[in-house]
Amino acid sequence: MWKYILKRLLMMIPVLLGVTFIVFFILAMTPGDPAAIILGDQASAEALELKRIELGLNDPLLIRYFNYLLNMIRGDLGTSYKNQISVAAQVIDKFPNTAILAVAGILVALLIGIPIGILSAKKQYTALDNTSMVLSLVGVSMPNFWLGLLLSLLFALKLGWLPSQGMGEEFIPLLKSLVLPAITLGTGAAATVVRMTRSSLLEVIRQDYISTARAKGLPEKIVTKKHMLKNALIPIVTAVGLQFGQLLGGAMLTETVFSWPGLGRLMVDSIASKDIPMVLGAVIFMAVMFSFVNLVVDIVYAFIDPRIKSQYRKAGFTKKEVRA
Amino acid sequence: MTETNQELIRIEDLFIDYETDDGIVHALNGVSLTLHVGETLGLVGETGAGKTTLAKGILRLIPDPPGKIKEGKIWFEGKDLLELPEHAMQEIRGQSISMIFQDPMTSLNPVMTVGEQIQEVIRNHNPELDKEELHAWSCAMLEKVGISADRIDEYPHQFSGGMKQRVIIAIALACNPKLLLADEPTTALDVTIQAQVLDMIRTLKQELNTAMMLITHDLGVVAQNCNRVAIIYAGEIVEIGDLRQIFKRPTHPYTIGLLESIPSLAKDVERLNPVKGMMPDPTDLPPGCKFAPRCKFVCERCAQRVPDLIDIGDGHMVRCINSKDTQSYASTRE
Amino acid sequence: MSTTRTQRKQRSLWFEAWRRLKKNKLAMAGLLFLALLVVIAISTIIIDIATNKSYYNDHVIKQNLRLRLQGPSKDHIFGLDEFGRDIFLRMLWAVRYSLFMGTIAIAMSTIVGGILGAIAGFYGKRTDNIIMRFMDILLAIPSMLLATAIVAALGTSLTNVLMAIAISYIPTFARTVRASVLTIKDQEFIEAARALGASDLRIIGKYILPNSLAPLIVQASLGVAGAILSIAGLSFLGLGIQPPTPEWGSMLSNARSYIRDGWHITVIPGLGIMLTILALNVLGDGLRDALDPRLKN
Repeated sequence: MWKYILKRLLMMIPVLLGVTFIVFFILAMTPGDPAAIILGDQASAEALELKRIELGLNDPLLIRYFNYLLNMIRGDLGTSYKNQISVAAQVIDKFPNTAILAVAGILVALLIGIPIGILSAKKQYTALDNTSMVLSLVGVSMPNFWLGLLLSLLFALKLGWLPSQGMGEEFIPLLKSLVLPAITLGTGAAATVVRMTRSSLLEVIRQDYISTARAKGLPEKIVTKKHMLKNALIPIVTAVGLQFGQLLGGAMLTETVFSWPGLGRLMVDSIASKDIPMVLGAVIFMAVMFSFVNLVVDIVYAFIDPRIKSQYRKAGFTKKEVRA
Repeated sequence: MTETNQELIRIEDLFIDYETDDGIVHALNGVSLTLHVGETLGLVGETGAGKTTLAKGILRLIPDPPGKIKEGKIWFEGKDLLELPEHAMQEIRGQSISMIFQDPMTSLNPVMTVGEQIQEVIRNHNPELDKEELHAWSCAMLEKVGISADRIDEYPHQFSGGMKQRVIIAIALACNPKLLLADEPTTALDVTIQAQVLDMIRTLKQELNTAMMLITHDLGVVAQNCNRVAIIYAGEIVEIGDLRQIFKRPTHPYTIGLLESIPSLAKDVERLNPVKGMMPDPTDLPPGCKFAPRCKFVCERCAQRVPDLIDIGDGHMVRCINSKDTQSYASTRE
Repeated sequence: MSTTRTQRKQRSLWFEAWRRLKKNKLAMAGLLFLALLVVIAISTIIIDIATNKSYYNDHVIKQNLRLRLQGPSKDHIFGLDEFGRDIFLRMLWAVRYSLFMGTIAIAMSTIVGGILGAIAGFYGKRTDNIIMRFMDILLAIPSMLLATAIVAALGTSLTNVLMAIAISYIPTFARTVRASVLTIKDQEFIEAARALGASDLRIIGKYILPNSLAPLIVQASLGVAGAILSIAGLSFLGLGIQPPTPEWGSMLSNARSYIRDGWHITVIPGLGIMLTILALNVLGDGLRDALDPRLKN
């Protein structure tokens, strides 16, 4: 098992190098002179040149990337153009807020998605199944920023039950302010999880080993719990991992709708003010987070599926043999 | 062979349909069949004839939807299985009647150890046993099918196909069932392993005095393992009798065709003699004899009504109105 | 002889798929709705050309602050927005951006991703490794983030938004095509073709591509839905199509500031996005069921 985790960690390194390079490269193409942005229009030509040298902007792109990487490993993501505060400090400051929102969103997705998906598959073609299929289609199709606006229109403005802007400081206000953003963020993922759970379960239901389990005389409840769910879980776990990436993207929109002080909001603001180091830092940080979530997903995967585990326990097994 | 004439299970007029988007598939059309204690009945027919549907129907494991048991009775130990409530049926499955499925590769749950999967059926029918007893029992079952007990904590993917089928047999026989439904237990295996697995099934069933319905399309397998044979075609039993009756005096044209299609070592033949044509579309069956479109003895009356299953002597039953002609044809070929 | 037989088989395969799709009422409703959108998009473009944009300027762009935020009425069935412009007309004029940009972006990523995936799957080994590792890297960046970063760097022109969306969808298509190529590649009819001396290019063009078309079509229809959502999202963040050009996402973005002043300016543009995506999703689901009935649940 440790060997597996180690291998996944090592495999992450080239991916992260690639990710940082691509993002760095894209954002380096931004037109405009960063020195001018920092020093303002009145700065002299010499001052600008000095600033450029200080920022290392005259170096070739690869050297700049290399320096950025070295600094990143030391925990330094550069300084914001706008307010001269360390990017890393701002990212670390906002990240917990986004994490709270994302976790709440995933919880909404799982708590709604998995039970409904199971029910829907077990009662295939019934009114319940049809209803949940239609609703999940609507859920998948709804832009989450629009859902956010509708929810705040109804629950904040019309009914006045919940706040629609900002993030509460203490526990209860925090929880109250979290409800609408979490639902907004989680609904799309919940709908995807419903569909995924249903189709994965329907796939498993057809398998011969389910007939074997039934032929043993097991009660249907046990067949579902012991034989179907664990097998159906494998693709669901993957889907949830991928949904997390969507969620990080969605967080930008949700945070904008609800003025939630998270990384996404920080990024959108930084784009507006052309604060490239800030955007770069935020995107790279989120991509790294996403990679870690996928690592966790892979590990969970190995715990569920013995075929992957034993691949690393026994030496000399090739993938093909394992599948056979 | 411990053979008595005591009746174990009697199927009467079983009709099973699958209701699909493309129409109603008439999978079984009035199947009647009796199995006696300890005997082995070979159920022979081509793909789609309804063999698996019959076996699954006995255990009421037909997926619904789309499957529907339309009518019929299945008498087992004085009760009609089709009338039993689900929980009573669950007590019968795995305990009194077990089933082995066709493909060992997919019949074991990939995320459970083989030990857990054997123990599960034992625990289900013997809830009073403690952990050690369960463990001992499942180890014994594994040894019985020729697998070392120290592999009990391994997962199915660590076993070969033949070994997996042995595990499945261990599961099926764990609770000493009275009837074993074996659905092409060796079709998916290598030829060399087929014989081993069949030998093992035969030894174990004799030891436990289990009756067996052996589903196959291999007449060689039937000749080696069965006391009686039923030939099924398009959801109907077309001929049923003792092994000797079927092989020596095949009467239904389809049975004759099947036997003619076996390559013989004794005779020097240029080509094989397959039964020509295809099985009729099960959503649109012909009105009379279902074999008529492929039959060389076909006459006008064949298409008029479904022939009855008639006894032509000593319990040898045939569903053909021309049984006299076909029999004389078969005897001239000897 | 063998080619005519495979061709006939192919044709009947598509015909069968169409027959199955026609039976799916939901998918047909989706298709109908999308056809309606195409008609709307084309009609508005024709009107623009015919009137030399004067109708557009007078009715879609021109502000009328006196009537701002007026609710739905007989004259303006969807009401008026924060600048007193008719929301119904703006909705109609916005169709082209969502529909055509989504389609073009996905067409680009289908072609690029499809070719990359086919090469990776067909040649395997190192080629496969290099291409797919690069795709893994792109996939490691959540697509909305990648698109945002591209637009942030290059600016918010129409082409940049298109590029951003197209690039972020390439890995999905590469993976889809690669997977189906891998399953087809080892099948016996490919070996048979190879044994008969068919070249790589012929095998790819004649056998592999047609056989991996079905999953690609399904993926593309779902991809267009995702792309439209992304475009609307970018516009909502102010990174997509810029006002005063009507676009559903940016209409919603403006509505956000006036959410207290009238429900219609918030509800209606979102409904437009949702129905379009819904239509694409039901069509995509229907296509999947029709093209591969084995997958149907």
